[in-house]
Amino acid sequence: MIKFLLQGLLRDKTRSRIPVIVVTIGVTLTVFMHAYITGFMGDIIETNAKVTYGHLKVMTRGYADNMQQTPNDLALVNVTTLTTELQREFPDLTWSPRIQFGGLIDAPDENGETRTQGPAMGIGLDLLTPGSPEISRMNLQKSLVRGSLPGKPGEVLLSDMFSKKLQVDPGDRITFIGSTMYGSMTIYNFIVAGTVSMGHEALDRGTVFADIEDVRLALDMQDAAGEILGFYKGGFYQNDIAAKDAELFNAGEGDNGDEFAPVMKSLGQQGTMGTYVNMTSSWATYISMAFVFAMALVLWNAGLLGGLRRYGEMGIRLAMGEGKGHTFRTLIYESVMIGIAGSVTGTGLGLFFAWLMQKYGIDISAFMKGSSIMLPSMIRANITPVDFYLGFIPGLLSTIIGTALSGIGIFKRQTARLFKELEA
Amino acid sequence: MMKNIIILAATILISSLVNGQDAASILKNVEKNMSSENRIFESTMIVHGARSSRTITSKTWAEGNKKSFTEYLTPAREQGTKMLKLENQLWIYSPSTDRIIQISGHMLRQSVMGSDLSYEDMMDDRKLTDIYSATLAGEEEIDGRKTWVLDLTATVSDVAYQKVKMWVDSERFVPLREDLFAKSGQLLKRTTFSDVKQIGGRWFPSKVVYKDMLKSGDGTEFIMTSVKFDQQIPDYIFTKASLKQ
Repeated sequence: MIKFLLQGLLRDKTRSRIPVIVVTIGVTLTVFMHAYITGFMGDIIETNAKVTYGHLKVMTRGYADNMQQTPNDLALVNVTTLTTELQREFPDLTWSPRIQFGGLIDAPDENGETRTQGPAMGIGLDLLTPGSPEISRMNLQKSLVRGSLPGKPGEVLLSDMFSKKLQVDPGDRITFIGSTMYGSMTIYNFIVAGTVSMGHEALDRGTVFADIEDVRLALDMQDAAGEILGFYKGGFYQNDIAAKDAELFNAGEGDNGDEFAPVMKSLGQQGTMGTYVNMTSSWATYISMAFVFAMALVLWNAGLLGGLRRYGEMGIRLAMGEGKGHTFRTLIYESVMIGIAGSVTGTGLGLFFAWLMQKYGIDISAFMKGSSIMLPSMIRANITPVDFYLGFIPGLLSTIIGTALSGIGIFKRQTARLFKELEA
Repeated sequence: MMKNIIILAATILISSLVNGQDAASILKNVEKNMSSENRIFESTMIVHGARSSRTITSKTWAEGNKKSFTEYLTPAREQGTKMLKLENQLWIYSPSTDRIIQISGHMLRQSVMGSDLSYEDMMDDRKLTDIYSATLAGEEEIDGRKTWVLDLTATVSDVAYQKVKMWVDSERFVPLREDLFAKSGQLLKRTTFSDVKQIGGRWFPSKVVYKDMLKSGDGTEFIMTSVKFDQQIPDYIFTKASLKQ
């Protein structure tokens, strides 16, 4: 019977073409939208992870309690050993020590006296080791506006906006004034190698990117680091897995109340980002479900219209003696076939468009000027396993339900009146 | 009955007047001991941080409360760092950068060499009697020494500590302890003075422990290893040029 119904659908294009096209469009949009929302929300998380939070972060307990203040007096020590241990225990992650610091940048005049000064936030990261993943992670090469990346110790990158405010150019000497790990004032000279525009107002306002070894010298932090950031080699943050890894590490360290003991926190466990991660997962579901619901209504309506359009055909079939139950079942079978065909095609198309968006993205940096939060400059989709079956919910179920509802009318029709209806 | 009440009221009035006079004169006597025309001293500062302790030695030339010049001698990282204070201005010279930086604004609140002392603490060179009014709050004993307890309340708005509670040795007129409070009443710092010696005809505490109550750690010990009062200090010491010498 299935072969018979299939032939019927293929030969009578009016019964198959439009419904399949409608289902395909609906499913394509559903799959693409879900991948887009997941990608966009995920991009915000990834941007913040790369700059500040990591997928996982190891700090001292005291540092973690006051993370917003980046208290380097509570920094980790013996970082080389700790990083080696982390790489051995968590091989799925790449571990990078970082030092976040604050202070003043002072630009001298020709006599060595202060010409201009401005408050700065700094990030000390591995810029000089050949093949360091930090440069690509922070997208520094592409963000370069003037000069070059630091090539030797003592060279730093300044945000372009900040360099203009201080009136310094690549090659100029600047002096950092801040506090060492022990709270003492430190004064340290750097040479500006280049300037960068990160596309994030928060970073462009006044940021210094320096090699971590230089920062260690400046802040008297030998083999120390404020934090060690871990990034999954797959490139995407997964909250559940990260939380389990953090739990595993912390269980090994124990809780002895020592404020200098290392503690691991997943991105989802770190301050406001934690709230955002939790919000993201629920909002991505809500937005996707709202879209799936809207598409379900459209496809349901299409199923209803299809059933009503064949009102006459149903009358003839009943008049010729076909059972009402049999007629109803054949309608449902047909809708299943249409739903499957439309859902498969739609899922394929949706995944294709999502893949294009994931690979190439859309550059929105031109619209990001003035933004005070760290938003990605490229919008990309992110295809997840859900996208492979999500489209079948509106594509298959709604079509079947729509057909089933319209098919109820079959049971209400009276055989005695069929010929009168057909004559009319 | 009426006679007794009048006597009691008169006693309270006279007692409060005497106490008010005493508090001011006690503060003046304290200043006589603690301030001098000029002095040259070498000191050892031991900063007891939460993680470890650091020892910093320095030599200071000071003229009154307005001018001072300090050169840090050890450790190696701080060696050659110099600080010059003239009136209400402060400069610091760092030999590694060969830069002279003026410390101003919020930088004054930074810690001096990681200690419990801020640059702001160093900068406030006004006489206590010029910026605080004192009242005698009572008498207490500290380490076997009888002390007067003075409550000082700021009479000007631009002071770092709105209220100070000071325990003054009643015999030597040297403070033995100070509690420094914010306007809100929060205790910000505690200073303990000890090893009181008679130097050049005055009593002087050669060891001071500063404790920033908002910081972890066990405070900062400031020990004067040698003090010379009323010395001849050449004028060039108190110039910016001497920072780079």
